[in-house]
Amino acid sequence: MTRLPAPWGHRINRDKPVSFRFEGTKFTGFEGDVIASSLAANDQWMLSRSFKYHRPRGLMSMAGSEADTLVQLPSDPNVQADRHQISEGLLVTAQNVNGSLANDRDAFMDKLGRFMPVGFYYRTFMGPTRNAWLKFWEPLIRKKAGLGVLDTNATHQNYEKANLFCDLLVVGGGAAGLTAAIEAAEAGADVILAEMEPEIGGALTYRRDSSDLLHDLRNRATACPNLRIMTDTLVNGWYEDNWLPLIRGNKLFKTRAVEVILATGAIEQPATFRNNDLPGIMLGSAAQRLMRHYAVKPGNRAVVLAANPDGYRVALDLLDAGVELATVVDPRAGGSGGDLANALHTKGVKTLTGDITEAQGKKHLKSVTADGTRIPCDLLVMSVGSVPMWQLPCQAGAKLSYDQDHARFNLTLPDAPLHIAGSVNGLSSHDAVTTDAIRSAHQVLAQLDLPHRDIAGVEDTEAVLANFEPTITAHPKGKDFIDRDEDIQVKDLQNATREGYRELELIKRFTTVGMGPSQGRHSALAAARIVAKATDRSIAETGVTTARPPFAPETLGVLSGHHHPAERRTALHQEHLRLGADMRPVGAWWRPYFYGDKTDARCLIDEEVRAVRENAGVLDVSTLGGLEVRGPDAGEFLNRIYTMAYKKQPVGRCRYCLMTNEMGTVIDDGVALRLADDLYYVTATTGAVARVYADMLFWNAQWQLDVDVLNVTSAFSGFNITGPNARQVVEALNSNIDFSHEGFAYLEGCEGRVAGVPVRAMRIGFTGELSYELHCPSSHALTLWQAIMEAGKSVSLRPYGLEASRILRLEKGHILIGQDTDALTSPDELGFDWAVSKSKPFFIGKRAIEMRRNKGLPRKLAGLSFDAPRDSQDVPQESCLVLRDNVPVGHVTSSLYSPTLKKHIALAYVHGDDSDTGTQVTLKCRNGKRVNAPVEGHAFFDPDNKRQEV
Amino acid sequence: MKILTCPMNGPRNINEFQCFGPVKNDPDPATTSDADWARHLFRVDNSRGVITEWWRHVPSNYFFLAERNATTNEVIRTFTPQDAEARP
Repeated sequence: MTRLPAPWGHRINRDKPVSFRFEGTKFTGFEGDVIASSLAANDQWMLSRSFKYHRPRGLMSMAGSEADTLVQLPSDPNVQADRHQISEGLLVTAQNVNGSLANDRDAFMDKLGRFMPVGFYYRTFMGPTRNAWLKFWEPLIRKKAGLGVLDTNATHQNYEKANLFCDLLVVGGGAAGLTAAIEAAEAGADVILAEMEPEIGGALTYRRDSSDLLHDLRNRATACPNLRIMTDTLVNGWYEDNWLPLIRGNKLFKTRAVEVILATGAIEQPATFRNNDLPGIMLGSAAQRLMRHYAVKPGNRAVVLAANPDGYRVALDLLDAGVELATVVDPRAGGSGGDLANALHTKGVKTLTGDITEAQGKKHLKSVTADGTRIPCDLLVMSVGSVPMWQLPCQAGAKLSYDQDHARFNLTLPDAPLHIAGSVNGLSSHDAVTTDAIRSAHQVLAQLDLPHRDIAGVEDTEAVLANFEPTITAHPKGKDFIDRDEDIQVKDLQNATREGYRELELIKRFTTVGMGPSQGRHSALAAARIVAKATDRSIAETGVTTARPPFAPETLGVLSGHHHPAERRTALHQEHLRLGADMRPVGAWWRPYFYGDKTDARCLIDEEVRAVRENAGVLDVSTLGGLEVRGPDAGEFLNRIYTMAYKKQPVGRCRYCLMTNEMGTVIDDGVALRLADDLYYVTATTGAVARVYADMLFWNAQWQLDVDVLNVTSAFSGFNITGPNARQVVEALNSNIDFSHEGFAYLEGCEGRVAGVPVRAMRIGFTGELSYELHCPSSHALTLWQAIMEAGKSVSLRPYGLEASRILRLEKGHILIGQDTDALTSPDELGFDWAVSKSKPFFIGKRAIEMRRNKGLPRKLAGLSFDAPRDSQDVPQESCLVLRDNVPVGHVTSSLYSPTLKKHIALAYVHGDDSDTGTQVTLKCRNGKRVNAPVEGHAFFDPDNKRQEV
Repeated sequence: MKILTCPMNGPRNINEFQCFGPVKNDPDPATTSDADWARHLFRVDNSRGVITEWWRHVPSNYFFLAERNATTNEVIRTFTPQDAEARP
């Protein structure tokens, strides 16, 4: 293994060798090496096979921007070999290979290229049968063309998120970014600088004659306390109002910046000729990165294709590194290497004016043809121009235009707190880049009201020379690649235009140009040039395709949310656990399902039901929504929100609340207790209270009634004591409330003190039994509960859970909004016309209810019961269909076995014409069996309501 | 992520807000025909250009109005319902 002597290779630590395996073979590099550099140092240039033709491919950019350098790690597919550092024992394999990288059994695909013209996917894989694509072609293509392999047993990794804020975010730590960041920080701005590479400096870390400037900038940056430098950090998108995701390893920094300077640099572009994808052909910047970062000699005998001053600098670098320089080829008419060319000439290098038309070699470059002459070489370096890194600016609304005179893309920024500086702004020389960065920094300082100067834009004599417009003609034998990721050749794009495609967006979809991992970084300009020429338009007219986030691939872990779903517990959670409750999640809440040993569930639930029907039970109803509606207009407000009338409701009385939306659909119910002329305490269903609260304020934002609504759901806890002996329990409590039949009638409510706790008491319930509901501030919940349990000892008061509650409510035929109603249920369909005021001039949904009533009753919720053994399968369960003439007309919404009535009971929507009591309806059980039942009322138990009003 | 300025809570991330749709006219249900009422319920103009919308700051459950350009997504101003009458 030979490396260039220091100072070449400042990123590697020659004292620390690191061994790893690539395709089973052991290689040794140094600490700081990336996979591609250590392989190149060992003369292993081939890294992968291409996507479609399985051609040998190696590194081209050393910047992590093409698919050819993607390799497989054991639990990580598509890792960039030119950016991923090696570690001891790392196992690396090549991707997209059938067999081995060196002997790919699919290499013959290269010879079949003419049978796979552009767009052939769309034509070939349609037949022969209807499902041929899904059954045959797609699996085959996935196997042939897929990139890495996902390890479904990969170890779990932790991903973190953080929020960052700053005055100025500078994206890119090259000469421009560093200068701008330092300039702004020195003037007092709070600055973050994000750099993708492991070190700051950008092109200064590998470009010729840059070390003094870099040294100076690094020193100044270190001296700025208000400049936060984040290396290895990818800025993966721009979102509205300067919100940018910064990704470093497994951590996502959601960053909000007042001002942003994009100093993202430029992307060097490859040249187009036959076999331009052979390993050994690379960009000038790639050769410089190999030498200066990793001390890797990129070849032994080189040809340099130089169309700009940087090309000549690379040639000088290669000479310094001991590479034999066969020739410098300058495609510009007359060439214009200037002083740099003279420096080369004095070292005996000849310059050839002309172009490279073809490269030769099988697995590595062997020679190139320049102007008809074949020149043996193992390295071809291309410096023919660059495009600004347009992705982030364009995501932020910048427009990309083409400057015909200088053969380059220009960016025009939108009117926003956003700036560009340096080579992304079309500048090239150190002086111009630095001045431009200072200019942008002072624009930012002016916006931030910090000391600033006005600095004029800069002219860069060198930038004028940086690009030239090549004539791209398709090589007769093809394999002149525009997009290496997708194996797109010049003729593919030309054919697409012949097929009638003119718009780049459509050409992209038809040919897949720019769809690979490089996302057009190396193909957008060439594609625009080819399409412009083929359609007789200017490049300004063809443009480029839309840039969208993300800038580079990101792992799903970075995007995933946290793993802590919101979870709510009542004040009595620990008490329920102490009593042996089986706690289950209901929405966000945890509620007791039943109390006792899980193996006896059914028996225990039956006992809980029996306790309520025959004695007394208590249910924690703290999850119930609670709203306080207060103000002079409170009655009027409730009149408009709910279907019943509340203005004349006496203080100390409860009234049912039914809420419909504007479409006349039932969306919630509850109970309103009037505590004072201007104060109602309103309950809402557990799942809907947040929405009801929002809706109430939304309507009042429009009505502007003098009323205030407060969501007190969490502030109050509640317990419902229910059963024939409930009165004995509450009367045994130490309280100032008269709980007697005479003193506290059904549907009355009051405030008082129980066991020293302030309570709101209501004679309401869901079970159909004598019920008292006591609500108290949640901080007192345990005290009140313990007092209730103590008071209930004489009658063996039993706490019961949610399942018993469901049975009790169904026995009584009470509906559950959301279970027995859906998005269309009207009050009429529930038989709730008694709950809809006919005299009120307005409530939400009134008009729609009337309009729907005029159209007739399409369905109605009916009670149904089935005399079948408890475990019988011949009983329709929830969501089973109700059939009429074999056509579904409704479904079962609730179905349970009633231990009280010893039969199955259900609520179901039946056809509107079948809603009369006694009408036989047909239902289809889950097992397919059809059963008949007569329509009943909702209340299966105590239909005359005798028990609850005692 | 876009920033929306709540008249009560100041500038906040847009994911703290919920849009309640464009402000609708308020026809009299007693005098509006069935067809017009159905149109009032179900049809939204979905117009381009500047529209006035209801927004809710979710954590505080505060409702306010915003003038937004539906084409460019630029928020022109936000204001309280009390200020709605003072629209320029």
